[in-house]
Amino acid sequence: MIHFVLLISRQGKVRLTKWYSPYTQKERTKVIRELSGMILSRGPKLCNFLEWRGLKVVYKRYASLYFCMCVDADDNELETLEIIHHFVEILDRYFGNVCELDLIFNFHKAYYILDEVLIAGELQETSKKSVARVIAAQDTLIEHAKEQSNSLSNIIAQATK
Amino acid sequence: MALSGMRGLSTFISDVRNCQNKEAERSRVDKELANIRTRFKNDKGLTVYEKKKYVWKMLYIYMLGYDMDFGHMETVSLISAPKYPEKQVGYIVTSCLLNENHDFLKLVINTVRNDIIGNNETFQCLALTMVGNIGGRDFSESLASDVQKILLSNSCRPIVRKKAALCLLRLYRKNPDAVNVDGWSERMVHLLDERDIGVLTAVMSLLVSLVAKSQDAYWSCVPKCVRILERLTRGQDIPQEYTYYGIPSPWLQVKTMRVLQYFPAIEDPNIRKSLFETLQRILLGTDVVKNVNKNNASHAVLFEALALVMHLNAEKEMLSQCVALLGKFIAVREPNIRYLGLENMTRMLLVVDVQDIIKKHQAQIITSLKDPDISIRRRSLDLLYGMCDVTNAKEIVEELLQYLTKADFGIREELALKAAILSESFATDLDWYVDVILQLIEKAGDFVSDDIWYRVVQFVTNDEHLQVYAAAKALDYLDKPAVHETMVKLAGYLLGEYSHLLARRPGCTPKDIFDVIYDKFAVVSIGTKALLLSAFVKILLHSQPQDPDLRERVLEIFKRYECSVDAEVQQRCIEYLTLCAKGPSMVDIMAEMPKFPVRQSALLKKAGDAERDVAEESATKLRVQQQNSTALVVVEPQSNGAGPPILTPSAAPVQKKQASPSDLPPSAHPAALPVGNGHTEVSAVTAEDVSVPSLPEDPVTEPTPPPEPAPAPSGANLLADLLAPLAIEAPPGYAAPDSIVDSSQDPGPSAGTSGLAPMQSSGPADALALALYDGPSTKVQPIGSVEDWFNALVIKDSGILYEDPFVQIGIKSDWRGIQGRLVLFLGNKHNASLTNVRAVVLPPPHLRFKSSPVPDTIPPRAQVQCPFDVFCLRASRETAVLEFSYNNGNIPVSAQLKLPVLINKFLQPVTVSANDFVARWRALAGPPLKLQEVVRNVRPMPLIEMANLFNSLHIGVATGLDPNENNIVSATTFYSESAQATLCLIRVETDPSDRTQLRLTVGSQDLTTTYELMEYIKQQLIDTPPPTMVSPNVPTTIPTNSELTGPAALLNGLI
Repeated sequence: MIHFVLLISRQGKVRLTKWYSPYTQKERTKVIRELSGMILSRGPKLCNFLEWRGLKVVYKRYASLYFCMCVDADDNELETLEIIHHFVEILDRYFGNVCELDLIFNFHKAYYILDEVLIAGELQETSKKSVARVIAAQDTLIEHAKEQSNSLSNIIAQATK
Repeated sequence: MALSGMRGLSTFISDVRNCQNKEAERSRVDKELANIRTRFKNDKGLTVYEKKKYVWKMLYIYMLGYDMDFGHMETVSLISAPKYPEKQVGYIVTSCLLNENHDFLKLVINTVRNDIIGNNETFQCLALTMVGNIGGRDFSESLASDVQKILLSNSCRPIVRKKAALCLLRLYRKNPDAVNVDGWSERMVHLLDERDIGVLTAVMSLLVSLVAKSQDAYWSCVPKCVRILERLTRGQDIPQEYTYYGIPSPWLQVKTMRVLQYFPAIEDPNIRKSLFETLQRILLGTDVVKNVNKNNASHAVLFEALALVMHLNAEKEMLSQCVALLGKFIAVREPNIRYLGLENMTRMLLVVDVQDIIKKHQAQIITSLKDPDISIRRRSLDLLYGMCDVTNAKEIVEELLQYLTKADFGIREELALKAAILSESFATDLDWYVDVILQLIEKAGDFVSDDIWYRVVQFVTNDEHLQVYAAAKALDYLDKPAVHETMVKLAGYLLGEYSHLLARRPGCTPKDIFDVIYDKFAVVSIGTKALLLSAFVKILLHSQPQDPDLRERVLEIFKRYECSVDAEVQQRCIEYLTLCAKGPSMVDIMAEMPKFPVRQSALLKKAGDAERDVAEESATKLRVQQQNSTALVVVEPQSNGAGPPILTPSAAPVQKKQASPSDLPPSAHPAALPVGNGHTEVSAVTAEDVSVPSLPEDPVTEPTPPPEPAPAPSGANLLADLLAPLAIEAPPGYAAPDSIVDSSQDPGPSAGTSGLAPMQSSGPADALALALYDGPSTKVQPIGSVEDWFNALVIKDSGILYEDPFVQIGIKSDWRGIQGRLVLFLGNKHNASLTNVRAVVLPPPHLRFKSSPVPDTIPPRAQVQCPFDVFCLRASRETAVLEFSYNNGNIPVSAQLKLPVLINKFLQPVTVSANDFVARWRALAGPPLKLQEVVRNVRPMPLIEMANLFNSLHIGVATGLDPNENNIVSATTFYSESAQATLCLIRVETDPSDRTQLRLTVGSQDLTTTYELMEYIKQQLIDTPPPTMVSPNVPTTIPTNSELTGPAALLNGLI
């Protein structure tokens, strides 16, 4: 299973974290510090796997962002590597040429999308189309609610005039 | 760029990004936190929109790495909001901020449940996602059945059901009872018919977890999985959106093959055939392509297929195909593939047949040891370590030594340790071993732990031929200008003990040697000084006649350090001064150290500890098991004398230095010289000992544990080894882990202080026998006879192995040719968790075990299964021992249990025609291939009962072959790796007038097999309790064949 997902920028800033195994606040900070040090210092032509505390970290760099997933030592590494790519493709499709800035200002969207790709540290949906459909439906729901509340507040505003 | 849709949030993010430095960022964040805190305090005026915005801000701040010690309540409360946007934020942020143990989660269980069972699909999805991500035990208990219903429901849409499947997986992980309902396995079978690939993928993940814990109930899923895999690889009816770079869902393929790896070999020939065809298609059909993602995905599938092929123990042809593929992979430039090639080759080492083929790639693997990538170097090191044996040890160790000077720090200690272990395990001559370790210390002294040089001391002490060589070498190394302190310790010790053997060589007078050592004395630490002081006194007292000049200088040093601030050094100086004053009568005290009892190498344990960080089936694990076995051989009471000595390569060095206490020189050396771990051990020659001249009768002071903590898990044993140089007490290796000897035979815990007398009376053999057959020594006693259970298991394939008030171990086994699979069922009968559970098999050298990890903790009333695969290498009557231990609360319980993996398990009865039998019987000329013996004191039993016994031992009785009705002849095939399938012929001639004796003849093409089988049958005829499955009412119809014509007559004439 995937124990956690980390998105770290080249400067070591955290862009997204998701923990599927119970880590306390302290442990989370420590893990991030330890791993970002190890991963950022690795050269470009090395393999995408890192052995770490009896687990394996599978990571891949996309432009300025490192996508990391920590899996069990006997999990299939290449499979995990492609889960990362699958996630990135979905982000790309949603944002249209996704860049780090998209994920900074819309970090909550990234969390929505991740929740449609992974649950319980396991891959939930392998069809990009299907994920896109679900996210679009969510966006509509939220838009809809916003319009409603806008019109509602308009009514209230007018009533209290 | 899409905007966040919340202006306040975007502004805040921009502000933080615009901060010039960390302080500015912190003050901006603190300001925001203060703002949020105030707004949350009077939450009356807070709109839901604002609440939502603040909660997102909190998550953002949290991601930046700031502590979040408030606002959790507000976050959690959003879950109860009636509208989707708020609810969504509540669910998502809660699952990011909190972990499963947070108390606030308990508050929302009800809301979550209502969302799950409600009819709003979007709410259902949100709730299932959160529970799937952070649900704990509480959630599991209250929600499992609701989640099950959704998964099985026909009316829910796939999007909900796939979430339910993974949510259930989470709940199952937290509490296995979550799917503990009748008929769940049938439902899983049914779920595998799912057409929606998304749901099927989630269900497959669930199935992987279920079968990982216990596959028994899920056998009926196997055919379905094979069919799914076949469908996928053929690309049949897979919707376009579920192909990934043209490959039909590679993830589902991988998961399906993962499921299949949890089942032992598949029997149904049709399914097996179709599975192998599919695998073959994957193995042959995967090409390297340009697109990196397509390449990764297809290779993910390929590596999983390789793992499955290895697991299924396919035909040799297919396996060598796999090795060929792996050989190709380890030579490619693409680092990922190379890494995985090395990793999988290491796994492959566990499969019997391919070691020789892997050796062909040695050069390539050594190249990878110099790769710029540490991940690859580690894999390559592990593989080299795993593939090393006597034939290539020199070469591999040489490479490791060369690499040591260039290796980065992270890997050096592991490297040094592995080189030390390999040189120890596979040394063809011990001189080489000593050379390697000395080089090791010279090249990487900082990374050579004390255990490594202690081990050298043990070897040198136990092998007289080695002593001169080691002393001379030590002198060479010590004489170099810059010497590592570890080298000073080792060389100092060796020269102290054995330099007198060099006396005739030029430049090796006691004084010369003293000078060389003294040269380093000033610069070493206090602990090493203590050790060197002992070396000085030994050199002085060993030289006869004493050189007055040397004596003066040594005494001068003692006097100088008589007032040392270090108590140890001070004590030694005073004692040695007194000893020297007593004159030559004290020479005996300074005699050479007695031999060490044989024990398991502490290094291997250490390696095992260090390796817990690395891959599961690491090569070290394998080594530890192999090594354990050799340690066991040395002491196993029956095995030593009886059978033809079988030396495995790895056993060689251990056997060479085998020394039982009785080998000790009669003039015991109770006052062992305090040496070795200089600053830690207590001086054996205590003050009072010195004052009493009749030293030899006094027991040695009990060593105190060294202050440096040994690596925790193997504490007891490692400690024993750390104290090695003083170990004149009963061999600690065998009494450990919980000093069984103490509680039963030796006079109490102070037995550790025993001198020679108590040890000789009990001896290691007794201690072992006790350890093996009496089970645990502490208060927790088995409720029944371990021996009886074992005996029953000899003739049955399943039953109880051990049971005490807290735990029950059941065993189930399945045998096929040279291979068997044992499943241990560890059941916790108790209402509390059992912790520190360990079940380690110590296999004898004729068996190879492939074990799976045992969970550290068994939850209350739960049962865990640990499968073991066993391979028989050759015939032997030794038994494998399971070292089982656990903690019940604070009470440690341990037991050493014989495993019912005996020669008969690898037998398969065969039917042989009379002619054939006669021909083969005749072909076996006589000893050693055919042995005959009259066995007395046989347990009297009717012939039919004996025939039944034979049948239950898999020694098939061929009725009607022997004309004499009082005889039994049988033919059976013994499967082992060394002899492959060996046909064994057995004839028992009984005497109707005296049932207590019979004549037994055993013949086969392999002398070891003949001998071992003969002995084994004898054992069974004399020892076994009446087989329980024979009902007494069976009429004693003895197969009669009175016609003495044809082949029968021929046979009669022959025998």
